[in-house]
Amino acid sequence: MSPENHQHAPLHLADEGDAATALAEAEAGQHRFDELIAEDSRIEPRDWMPESYRKSLVRQVSQHAHSEIIGMQPEGNWISRAPSLKRKAILMAKVQDEAGHGLYLYSAAETLGRPREEMYDQLYSGKAKYSSIFNYPARTWADIGAIGWLVDGAAIVNQVPLCRASYGPYGRAMVRICKEESFHQRQGWEILYSLSHGTEAQHQMAQDAVDRFYGPALQMFGPPDGDSPNSQQSMEWKIKRFTNDELRQRFVDMLVPQVEALGLTLPDPELKWNEERGHYDFGDLDWDEFFAVIKGNGPLSRQRLEHYRKARDEGAWVREAAVAYANHQAQGRDRDQAALIGA
Amino acid sequence: MTSSADSSSWPLWEVFIRSSRGLSHVHAGSLHAPDATMAIRNARDLYTRRNEGTSVWVVPAAAIMASDPDSKGAYFESAQGKSYRHATYYTQSEGVKHL
Repeated sequence: MSPENHQHAPLHLADEGDAATALAEAEAGQHRFDELIAEDSRIEPRDWMPESYRKSLVRQVSQHAHSEIIGMQPEGNWISRAPSLKRKAILMAKVQDEAGHGLYLYSAAETLGRPREEMYDQLYSGKAKYSSIFNYPARTWADIGAIGWLVDGAAIVNQVPLCRASYGPYGRAMVRICKEESFHQRQGWEILYSLSHGTEAQHQMAQDAVDRFYGPALQMFGPPDGDSPNSQQSMEWKIKRFTNDELRQRFVDMLVPQVEALGLTLPDPELKWNEERGHYDFGDLDWDEFFAVIKGNGPLSRQRLEHYRKARDEGAWVREAAVAYANHQAQGRDRDQAALIGA
Repeated sequence: MTSSADSSSWPLWEVFIRSSRGLSHVHAGSLHAPDATMAIRNARDLYTRRNEGTSVWVVPAAAIMASDPDSKGAYFESAQGKSYRHATYYTQSEGVKHL
């Protein structure tokens, strides 16, 4: 195991003396951990950390990784139908980025001692959660624009503060991801801009896509602060830096001038500038729908999982072939070595 | 599901990238691959999609020895308390040029 992937060495308790030593070590570890968090430093893989911190991070980082992987599907679906070669190349690059983001994050989660295979299996079995936004269909080409602008836009607002997450490998993965994500948002905005300034039908298609993705995109920040039981602890550990509602507000404030520049509107009659607050007020979101989608009743929840399983099953022979090839190459090297020694 | 050929049973490789000539290789992340050749190729696709590198190293993660983080204090102690190893320790020459 590498320095990045080393778990805290397991404590073998042989006798009472060892138990006392272990207790003292845990106390010293907790003290050091608290100190590092308080001074806004970073926790690294081989540092002592509370089990609950490790568990919470594994959950968050692996869910984040799964979201990137499943997130390839709505857009991958449009690669063969992109309206031009340029758009197709862009979309392929974006989907490839999502795969990369998934892999960065699986790597980060692995440094917490969770084997890669276990994470893959959890997604395969349907046990793992991922962002519910990806259970919505991408019905038209304009949806690809709305996904880039709104879904990746919300992801950026969420992810920028995560670059400073207290767990080093997670923060570093997020820095890399955020650098790549801004192209995603801009290309989406440009798709919508082209459609909005095209024919009447194209304009309407862009507006429909925005109408459908606006609410679910705002829900990507998670439930309202009052219904988000893990948030408080996560903020104390400096994994999360802002509450769900704070980030949602920041996102809405950003969207209003952007939608005006598009020549489109946001589907919320209550959206209004509030001079006193210095923010836009916006209407309630459909949280019943949100929780239904989280529970697996999204429009495409079943299909997304089926597709993931199919891709993994059908790709098995490639993984087997890669191992066979690597073994064959290694044997060849051994033979050459033996021949050289014999000569 | 075939477990023996699952990518997770491939060894773990740490990836180091030289971002441009004149700089050292810096740790970029890790990946799983069946051998070094495929690890290098995957590292290119995973970590240099935007000209981030002019050279890639992959190292079997198992081959890396690391210092023990718990012995941090004692292990690096000899470097501490020796401020005379830094130029800033010497103050008499303040105001004297090129020194």
